[in-house]
Amino acid sequence: MGSVQYHAPQSLEEAVPLLKEAQKTPSRILAGGTDLLIQMRAGVKTPDMLIDIKKIPEVTGIEIGPEEIRLGAATPSAVMDESVELHRQLPGVVEGMELIGSTQVQGRATPGGNLCNASPAGDGAPAMIAAGGQCVVFGSNGVRTIPVEEVCIAPGRTSLADDEFIQEFRFPTPKPGQADAYLRFIPRNEMDIAVVGVAANITVDASGTCTAAKVTLGAVGPTVVIADKVAELLVGTKLDDATLAKAGEMASGLGTPISDKRGTVEFRHRIAGVLTRRVIQIAATRAGERL
Amino acid sequence: MSENKDYKWVGTRPIRPDGADKVTGKAAFGADKNLPGMLHGKILRSPFGHANIKSIDTSAAKSAPGVLAVMTSKDLPDLPSEMAEAGESAVDFRDLSQNILAADKVLYHGHAVAAVAATSAKLAQEALKLIKVEYEELPVVLEIEDAMADDAPILHENQFTSGDSTDKPSNVAAKMKLPRGDIEKGFAEADVIIEREFTTPTVHQGYIEPHAVTASMSASGHADVWCCTQGAFVVRAMTAKILGMDVGKVKVTPSEIGGGFGAKTTVYLEPVAVKLSEMSGRPVKMVMDREEILRATGPTSASVIKIKLGATNDGKLVAAEGTLKYGAGAYKGSPMGPGCMCVFASYEIPNFLVRGFDVVLNKPKVAAYRAPGAPMAAFAMESVMNEMAAKLDLDPIDFRLENAVKEGSVAAYGPKFPAIGFVETLKAAKEHPHYSAPLGKNQGRGIGTGFWFNVGMQSSATLNVNENGSVTLITGSADIGGSRASMALFAAEELSISYDLITPLVSNTEETSYCDVTGGSRTTFATGMAVVKAAKNLVANMKKRAANTWGVEVDEVLWQDGQAVPPFSSGKNPMSMAEIAASAAKTGGPLTASASLTAQGAGAGFGVHICDIEVDPETGKTDVIRYTAIQDAGKAIHPSYVEGQYQGGAVQGIGWALNEEYVYNDKGVLQNFGFLDYRMPVANDLPMIDTVIVEVPNPAHPYGVRGVGETPIVPPLAAVAEAVNNAVGVRICDLPISPPRLLAAIDAK
Repeated sequence: MGSVQYHAPQSLEEAVPLLKEAQKTPSRILAGGTDLLIQMRAGVKTPDMLIDIKKIPEVTGIEIGPEEIRLGAATPSAVMDESVELHRQLPGVVEGMELIGSTQVQGRATPGGNLCNASPAGDGAPAMIAAGGQCVVFGSNGVRTIPVEEVCIAPGRTSLADDEFIQEFRFPTPKPGQADAYLRFIPRNEMDIAVVGVAANITVDASGTCTAAKVTLGAVGPTVVIADKVAELLVGTKLDDATLAKAGEMASGLGTPISDKRGTVEFRHRIAGVLTRRVIQIAATRAGERL
Repeated sequence: MSENKDYKWVGTRPIRPDGADKVTGKAAFGADKNLPGMLHGKILRSPFGHANIKSIDTSAAKSAPGVLAVMTSKDLPDLPSEMAEAGESAVDFRDLSQNILAADKVLYHGHAVAAVAATSAKLAQEALKLIKVEYEELPVVLEIEDAMADDAPILHENQFTSGDSTDKPSNVAAKMKLPRGDIEKGFAEADVIIEREFTTPTVHQGYIEPHAVTASMSASGHADVWCCTQGAFVVRAMTAKILGMDVGKVKVTPSEIGGGFGAKTTVYLEPVAVKLSEMSGRPVKMVMDREEILRATGPTSASVIKIKLGATNDGKLVAAEGTLKYGAGAYKGSPMGPGCMCVFASYEIPNFLVRGFDVVLNKPKVAAYRAPGAPMAAFAMESVMNEMAAKLDLDPIDFRLENAVKEGSVAAYGPKFPAIGFVETLKAAKEHPHYSAPLGKNQGRGIGTGFWFNVGMQSSATLNVNENGSVTLITGSADIGGSRASMALFAAEELSISYDLITPLVSNTEETSYCDVTGGSRTTFATGMAVVKAAKNLVANMKKRAANTWGVEVDEVLWQDGQAVPPFSSGKNPMSMAEIAASAAKTGGPLTASASLTAQGAGAGFGVHICDIEVDPETGKTDVIRYTAIQDAGKAIHPSYVEGQYQGGAVQGIGWALNEEYVYNDKGVLQNFGFLDYRMPVANDLPMIDTVIVEVPNPAHPYGVRGVGETPIVPPLAAVAEAVNNAVGVRICDLPISPPRLLAAIDAK
């Protein structure tokens, strides 16, 4: 038992010695804290040191360029939701984040925190992966870039070292005819955890033919399942009902879901199929509107 | 019944006296009480669902930093088994004591085993880890039918089914039977017979405010207790009994309450905090967290209920049979009794047999929850009524009207009903535009009805007139739903002065006279009666003083518009209440009036709910899209708070029907111990709950009041299930109608 040291570096430079210290002292990176503080209160996580990264300018904010979209890892989801341009470019990524918690929680919750909490049911990751997101990882020895899907390696575990945190996400700016969407299933209408979540990122040409696709599923395995086979099935089709039905059927066979207080194995498989069909439809409609 | 139906104050909607403090955060709730030198108490809880306690070693905890007291059940007197009326239902003080701190056995995961008081909550929590408890784990039994099996693990070796002549211990604590007529003959007369079994899960009341207490024991042995409760006097009685103290040496001050719904009519922390304070010589504060509340405080019973119903082709009920099994949790005392008395109470049925079973399980001991036992019984009975109406091709409301109890009907539980409003409520439902509104695809409509007895019990009230004619109104009835506003309205009406001149207070057990718990939907009825009686006494006193002042006969004086009016012949001017108060020193001293009573004739309450639901047939997700609650209030004193009761009860019933349930693993460990996974509906899960107040006056009350707080949780379970059935054609008999369950049922169709 003891006190917890709290540090709030004002720059990446100031963070370096703290990250070095983090290699020796049990510590956690604090972004919005909407998972971490609850885990600390419940005694599940007991760090001796907290490094609050919200005050570092490079870690928050949204920049939308012609080639690349930059999203600070500690940008509150309420700020993402208020960005008209981010909504226009990556509606699915925004949908994933704006489903988390209540309005009050939205003011704190961040995409980096959601990803690093590494919950199999996290709402942020599926759409970020489907959008081809990359993470800029800052560490005491410098910076490296990894795809979003390489961050979570098991429930509650990430590939980041003790002296690293995610500084920002980078997404390729969607091309004309490309759009994304995210759907999750919960028994209520808010304040809940995904039983299954599915994201789709779809590109169509002027004839309505799907030219590229990425479909990802959350809460059906220890980490996000990337449904390459479903994507392959979609490319070259006009995303007609028969194709979508087949995609749903295929998706319902993916992953290794568990039975728990939030749903059974059978139920998760079923819902994965239904949501996959619906979310592809939504993404395809949006893609068509962006031609 | 009052002679005057044109009330000036009763039936209006003034702002509640406690409103401003609540919306500005100034109101003090249970956990807001702090005292100088106060310690923080924490409870060590069982890691097992069922185990013998071999030994408890508290020595290391006693010498831990900051720790001033450590206690176990050995520090409580060993009470004999003794049933006593406490709150709404009888309680065995030995069970109550052992539920507060386990003696030889832990009976559920989370059962309290020891308690520590230390200079901070953190130090107390750390010290808990130093208490060594040696357990011998035992098999758990979580389901009612399993607990009733011959080879079931037995929770209490000394518990024998009451009434059975057997020497074999049983998990069935009690049985009951309620017969009428001849069911064999009755079923023989039936053209249609439906028999179905229903189950409902363990559900929690879900009050937002955690249990909290601050206690301080003086050197003279006088205990001061501050806590959130529905009844300060019941906390006093239970605390004194468990600690072997004189009730006169325990003072209980109730705080504002953030939800109770029946559950805050018992004690968990209060006796422990008092004892820890005695042992340490310091005040002790204890506050539960949500996990402790869900793991270890009383939810309401799970149930298994079988109904067999017989009717003739023209829609007359001729026979009914009900078998109602309620899980009590760790100690006897499920709401089997009220459940059995309610199940057929709404209908005239010439032949019936009700059988009830009170079954202990390795789950927390149940506590009261809004109309205890009735929602489960109504879920079963009303579901069968809906199915019967469909089979007979009758409108479900017409079918009920054909069989509804009315004034003069002999209730299934014995007495003859005085004026009641079931028929009027059914008719109001049928005439409501909701009942005939069109529905869309995958949408369905269902109705359910509900009955609750309501109770009277003991109440008292005091009115003190201030020197300017304003009034302080004091009762001991906790205000859990706006009752201070209602009490002030009664007083304003009787005294015919402005509502704003009355300050209604809820006082502590030493500064007001006795009131039973706020429960059984009794406070507006019974404490309201005491207020009316006290106000009448006060008016009589003021008239007498005016008569003496004027030198006229008291019966010549009228009381009008807040003033004593002399006979015209006297040539005197009327005296206002302020004038009478100002001259009190010369006319006999301060103006005060009290009244106390045991209220008789609590009027039964009946409600009818209409529910529309849309189902996503691919996922099993349900959305309540329209909901109307119609209920007889007798007379609505403050209609907004009556509507609030209808809405709150409906919402809790909807949650019970759709998503709420305790999920245990096979070791008896609750898996969903927070509001994230214990899924009560949130605001955007529900439409506005429309309400209709029907008023069929209760002849036993001066203003016609019936209790309204409990009835509204009774109809929703069946109304929701029937709406789902009408939307997608599957009849769900096992709650909750969660998406996985509904989807499986749709698949199986």
